[in-house]
Amino acid sequence: MRTYVLKRLVIAGVTLLGMSLLLFVLMRLAPGNITDILFESAGYVDEADRHRLEAELGIDRPVIVQYATWLGDLARGNLGKSYRYELPAWEVIRPRLPVTFELAVLSMLFAVLLGVPAGVVSAVQRGHLLDYVLRVLSLAGLSMPAFWLGMLVILTLVRALGWIPSMTYVSPFEDLRANLGQFLLPALAVGYRSSALIMRITRSTMLEVLREDYIRTAWAKGQHARGVVWRHALKNASLPVVTLIGIEFAFLIGGLVVTETVFNLPGVARYLVDAIQFRDYPIVQNLAMLIAVVVVLANLAVDLLYGWLDPRIWYRSA
Amino acid sequence: MATVPAVGVAIPEALPASVTRRSALWTFVRRNPLGAAGGLLMLLLVVAAVFADALATHNPIRTSSHVLVAPGAEFWLGTDNLGRDVYSRVVHGSRISLLVGVASTLLGAVVGGVVGLLSGYFRGRTDLIAQRVMDVMQALPILVLALVMAAALGPSLTNTIIAISVVIVPRAARVVRASVLSIREHTYVESARALGVGHARVAFRHVLPNTFGPFIVLVTAQLGGAILVEAALSFLGLGVPEPYPSWGRMLSIAAAEYAQKAPWLVIYPGLAISLAVFGTNLLGDALRDSLDPRLRGS
Repeated sequence: MRTYVLKRLVIAGVTLLGMSLLLFVLMRLAPGNITDILFESAGYVDEADRHRLEAELGIDRPVIVQYATWLGDLARGNLGKSYRYELPAWEVIRPRLPVTFELAVLSMLFAVLLGVPAGVVSAVQRGHLLDYVLRVLSLAGLSMPAFWLGMLVILTLVRALGWIPSMTYVSPFEDLRANLGQFLLPALAVGYRSSALIMRITRSTMLEVLREDYIRTAWAKGQHARGVVWRHALKNASLPVVTLIGIEFAFLIGGLVVTETVFNLPGVARYLVDAIQFRDYPIVQNLAMLIAVVVVLANLAVDLLYGWLDPRIWYRSA
Repeated sequence: MATVPAVGVAIPEALPASVTRRSALWTFVRRNPLGAAGGLLMLLLVVAAVFADALATHNPIRTSSHVLVAPGAEFWLGTDNLGRDVYSRVVHGSRISLLVGVASTLLGAVVGGVVGLLSGYFRGRTDLIAQRVMDVMQALPILVLALVMAAALGPSLTNTIIAISVVIVPRAARVVRASVLSIREHTYVESARALGVGHARVAFRHVLPNTFGPFIVLVTAQLGGAILVEAALSFLGLGVPEPYPSWGRMLSIAAAEYAQKAPWLVIYPGLAISLAVFGTNLLGDALRDSLDPRLRGS
């Protein structure tokens, strides 16, 4: 077991180190930088000012030194400075974290609440009309861009109810109802998409489990259908679903990028898009790294949880 | 137990010798109504892309004074804020979606396929290094990686294709590697080696062709994803630049601004994206069911 945990930890570390290298190289390849933007908007270029800014940013130093400095800063939790807001990047990011976190949790909740029951029903009704309907609905969820779904929802609500999406974010601790009013629809738009994947994996593992001997035994001893399906089968089909939920997390953040933009929610994912559009590359680099850390940690947690739920994995990989 | 055989699984039956291609197609349609519907949608997409010039009623790029006209006889799907015909733009947009989707999927699948083949065939250190590199490429959500790539490369058609293909590489590598790992254990691979056939030839001539089934399934499944990523990148202004009419770009700022006055600006391009992706997903599912029975109906 210790070998397994250790191996996972090393892999996670190597992955993050590789990611830092990849992001660093990509951001050096990018055309133009923040000094270009700042001086473009100023309208004139004073070479001395420009050099001073470059020195302040440290982009005049050797690449290796820049990379080492960046890693050192990251390790100390220093995310650099946002030149657009004239603030330390962390101060811009921190108030945005709860927005993205709440949206992600609510979306995941919707995804599981919609996806798991749909997958179980679809597996039980395999080949029947209901199975087809659910599969088509889930495929439709996978086929619609989340941002388009969001736009349609806003369009319909404004037309039908005269509802105007609010421009300022309300914290759940201030006004829970207003907060949920802001978050439920975007979470539903993202969650519907993710529920499709959960439904598919639930369906296929349920189909497999329903063929097992102990399920036949449960039927044979006269267990009622609800008990067989929801108690005996679903319990054993839940392992791959748990894994998927962890992996889904990564998928979900991708969906948040556009959804936060459409619903005008001031989250982290939207800040990434803003930073890219303003070519604020140090921020892009740090935000992408932050997202990678979250994803890698989520995957690590799933790996460890999986090993804990099914100890055979520890022995196999050790 | 409710385990009726899925309609999606093609069960080979003895067909009469006189069977024609048409009736084979009919059999597929009857067994796989959803897959056939997907195929039809894909066909529609290809037809729209190939014959866009003939199908379009207006120049998709030229602006006019007919601004925000509602759908009607002259402008079937209305016009946008610059007086461009939405129907013609949707038709021409199919070219971008199809081109970017197919090109990036093929590029990513081929590169990923070679990586998967080599790492699965040689295993050991090659495999270890390749796997760690693939881990890195999968540590960011698809859209975030594509966004960062697109930002680093700058917006252009070619760069959009490259950015999206990068996302597909690790997925293709994983699928091909998994099937290579099992294929290389077969005796015919061993006998080829025993006959003195070189590694490269064994890998590419004897092992590679047998990964074709899962590979086709992967390509179809990723095609829809690639179209969606292109739409999202263009929506955020980081994909295919103007003046190409791209469905994602049609939905961006301008559409959001005029959405209340002109909902057709939002509805039709999004519907086009959804139908195209829906088609690839339906077809991909049907292909997976019939080519890769291990994944039945999942």
